[in-house]
Amino acid sequence: MSTETDVPEIRLISGVRKRTDMLFRGAMTVGALASLVILALIAGFLLFRGFQIFADFGLGFLTSSTWDSGDVNDPTTARFGIAAMLVGSVLIATIAVVVAVPFAMSAALFIEYYAPRAVRTVLTSVLDLIAAVPSVIWGIWGYSVLMPDAEGWAKTLHSWLGWFPLFDVPAPIFGRSPFIAGLLLAMMILPIVTSVAREVYGQAPRDHVDAAYALGGTRWGALRTVVIPFGRSGLVGGAMLGLGRALGETVAVFLVLNLVFDVNFKILASAGGNVASLIASRFGEASPYELKGLMAAGLVLFLVTLLVNAAATAVVKRAKVAV
Amino acid sequence: MSTAVIESVTPAPRRPWRQPRKVALETTILVVASVVFARFLEAATGLAGVLGLYVGFAVALPVLAIVSVVRKGRNATIDRFATSVLVVAFGVVCIPWISVISTVVRNGSRAFYSGYLTTDMLITGVDDPLNTGGLAHALVGSVLVVLIASFIAVPLGIVAAIYIVEVKGRFAGFVRFLTQAMSGVPSIVAGLFVYATIVIFFGGFSAWAGASALVVLMLPTVARTSEEVLKLVSDDLRAASYALGATQARTTFSVVLPTVFSGLITAAVLGVARVAGETAPLLLTTSYFVKTSTNLNEPIATMPIYIFSSLGIGTENSIARAWGGSLVLLAAVLILFLIARIASNRLSRK
Amino acid sequence: MDQPTSNEPTNVDTGEVVKPVIDAPAAPVEDRTRRRARNLEVGSAKGLEAVGVHAWFGNHHALADVSLHFPENTVTGLIGPSGCGKSTFLRLLNRMHEFIPRSAMAGEVLFEGRDIYGPGVSPTEIRRRIGMVFQKPNPFPAMNIGENVVAGPKLARLRVEDRDALVEECLVRAGLWKEVKDRLDAPAGSLSGGQQQRLCIARSLALRPDVLLLDEPCSALDPGSTLRVEETIVQLSETMTIVIVTHNMQQAARVSDYCAFFLSDGGPGRLIEADLTSNMFSNPSDERTANYVQGRFG
Repeated sequence: MSTETDVPEIRLISGVRKRTDMLFRGAMTVGALASLVILALIAGFLLFRGFQIFADFGLGFLTSSTWDSGDVNDPTTARFGIAAMLVGSVLIATIAVVVAVPFAMSAALFIEYYAPRAVRTVLTSVLDLIAAVPSVIWGIWGYSVLMPDAEGWAKTLHSWLGWFPLFDVPAPIFGRSPFIAGLLLAMMILPIVTSVAREVYGQAPRDHVDAAYALGGTRWGALRTVVIPFGRSGLVGGAMLGLGRALGETVAVFLVLNLVFDVNFKILASAGGNVASLIASRFGEASPYELKGLMAAGLVLFLVTLLVNAAATAVVKRAKVAV
Repeated sequence: MSTAVIESVTPAPRRPWRQPRKVALETTILVVASVVFARFLEAATGLAGVLGLYVGFAVALPVLAIVSVVRKGRNATIDRFATSVLVVAFGVVCIPWISVISTVVRNGSRAFYSGYLTTDMLITGVDDPLNTGGLAHALVGSVLVVLIASFIAVPLGIVAAIYIVEVKGRFAGFVRFLTQAMSGVPSIVAGLFVYATIVIFFGGFSAWAGASALVVLMLPTVARTSEEVLKLVSDDLRAASYALGATQARTTFSVVLPTVFSGLITAAVLGVARVAGETAPLLLTTSYFVKTSTNLNEPIATMPIYIFSSLGIGTENSIARAWGGSLVLLAAVLILFLIARIASNRLSRK
Repeated sequence: MDQPTSNEPTNVDTGEVVKPVIDAPAAPVEDRTRRRARNLEVGSAKGLEAVGVHAWFGNHHALADVSLHFPENTVTGLIGPSGCGKSTFLRLLNRMHEFIPRSAMAGEVLFEGRDIYGPGVSPTEIRRRIGMVFQKPNPFPAMNIGENVVAGPKLARLRVEDRDALVEECLVRAGLWKEVKDRLDAPAGSLSGGQQQRLCIARSLALRPDVLLLDEPCSALDPGSTLRVEETIVQLSETMTIVIVTHNMQQAARVSDYCAFFLSDGGPGRLIEADLTSNMFSNPSDERTANYVQGRFG
């Protein structure tokens, strides 16, 4: 585009690429878009298989809590709704995040600003390693080590705070509750949340920290005025990443939670819901029609976690941290 | 003023801000006092066991920390209090880790006998004595399924990374976003997807189906780690290659990838470690089989399912077997991690 | 190593003879005790004084044997090319040096006659009494202008009787009050670079320090802002001791009463010469100083 002042036309440098290069770039593009294909296939097939459920039950699939496979030969007697499971998933994941975040924050501050340098390197690797402990191992540990102890804590909590509806129980049974599942998930997401928090805290600008010290601040003073406010959005992103993990976790929750098809907010009671565990538990003996219900539940879970993770990624990216 | 340089004796460097002996002494006194206090608390209340002791310690340390510095003024007191709270919180974070590892090692070693790794459960019932049977079938199956998954996911992941870093194509940001989205796919959804497609179409559970589900979970890990690794290659190296008249394809395959080969190994190994213990997707895709089998078209045993189903039986010996499997699995993940670390150290030394 | 009497420095304005308060560099080690005794006699008890100070970063010996006295209510400029150790020296004066991993030091820094590196001295107390302003303006981004000013007392958990009065006083002294008095609630990031730097000075003043250390405070600022900050420095020097590191010879000439020239010959940085600023620029005794102040290198 030339203007009146005789600006010469912009020349785009366009070399002719070699055929091999075009081929290379094309092949890499196709390969890279595999993830798009896979994601689209996941959503597509789950929708395809579960579509009949959405057609039959409409919004009732999300708002009702009945899960009844009915007569095998007569699909019209079946009633499917995942409200209790969905609420349960969110409740447990929320407990996990609420418990995990303060500890993740403290651990991250400790690793980044208190631990000696050699220890810091070791702890960073340990965090990665613990994050890779398979969920089935957390599950077996949660089932046989954590649950007996946590039942006792639940009892204590109930005896002190039982007047508060959240900590009330209909019957004095404290095992396999959302509280225990939430605690276990908290421990499982701690490594990832801590490592995100550690990374953001480590990036707090040195000159602001120096300014706090130069004003006669103590180490805690510098952390409180500079580092913690700086890391706030990164911590939120890390927490949401943890939330995404917690929402999608299956085996560990399955082992320590009693699935009950009733919306329940009494976290100490031995009754809870979890979409992923629902799928794992009903899958084995499901009729073809119930399988479609599970596919539909899987699709809902997929979309919810996708949404949470996308939000988390956006928040973390704003905090300029590579996760 | 004199400017003559007189060789003066350089004094020894010192760090007056560090008072190691004093700090160590104070800390020791603090910790010992807290433990003693925690012992009393343990005796006085119902909080028993290691955890009870730790709760007492967690209460005592901050309190004693305050007492120890209160004469130095409010600011120092708050600083010391915050420090002790952070230390205690860090301890709380570490306790489950230590507990998981020590329990797995302690309970898992009970299931071990000379033939544990080389025998399968074909002629052994899950509740049979612990000196019979083993997990050879699960080990073989896991290796097969994970290997197949790696053969698909590792190249795809590296290609995605090459696209983002080397090709820098139009969709680079989009591809990165997709990989990130993919890393958040719940593992059970991956299993459900493969069930809805491969299992239903090909009429049954198989190693292939299991591997396909694992690809979904492995790809994002490999892609992201490879991307980080490729970014380590300096642009000078690429420029040097282009200056010799090399094409981009040749530059990538003959210059860039060989440079970061050990880093790509790290990416692959981390991907394997990520999926080696995945249980939920395999429940829906490979099912379980008690015989050592290399037939990829049939149900096949894997480590996580071996643990999960043994635990589900619920008898004493089957639970012991579940712990045994956990120990093997945990050790495998640990070894994979060490390999990844060694490979990445080799990369950073270049 | 006494000052030659024939060359006794005099105050340009009053004609009074200025006492030889600046210590000679690179004196032999056995002389130090005597030198120190003399310095203590000469220097005021309220001043700040470095005695045989060295600094290390790991095994790297960054600064060697600097002895320098900063008399009360004066401005001393530390000049020298990059890497000569002047910023390191400045950070040693209020115990900021120790935040650099693997750093070490030797020698003494006397403040009111007491070694600030001595046992039992609280570093936070020292940093409160000896304020510091950094090269890049670094107001706390999470706080507004007013909060930034009182951040020091808040960090130190000191009780502030009248917050508004303190904010106004500090901003007035830093020469920023007129520009920001109507928007004390605005985020600190909304100020220009020069205003941010004066805000940082105001923030240091809120703790009423006896000494203010400035580390190239104008290197990130435009000429106009630089002038405003310089005016502020000159006004502040009526009531406090100021040490300023600067790369800018004109700035050193404009604001400082004394100058100290640092140089590294590849080894650790050393103090080459220290004198009244007027002498340093008109009649330096060391050839290297002359070369530097006349812009022949560095």
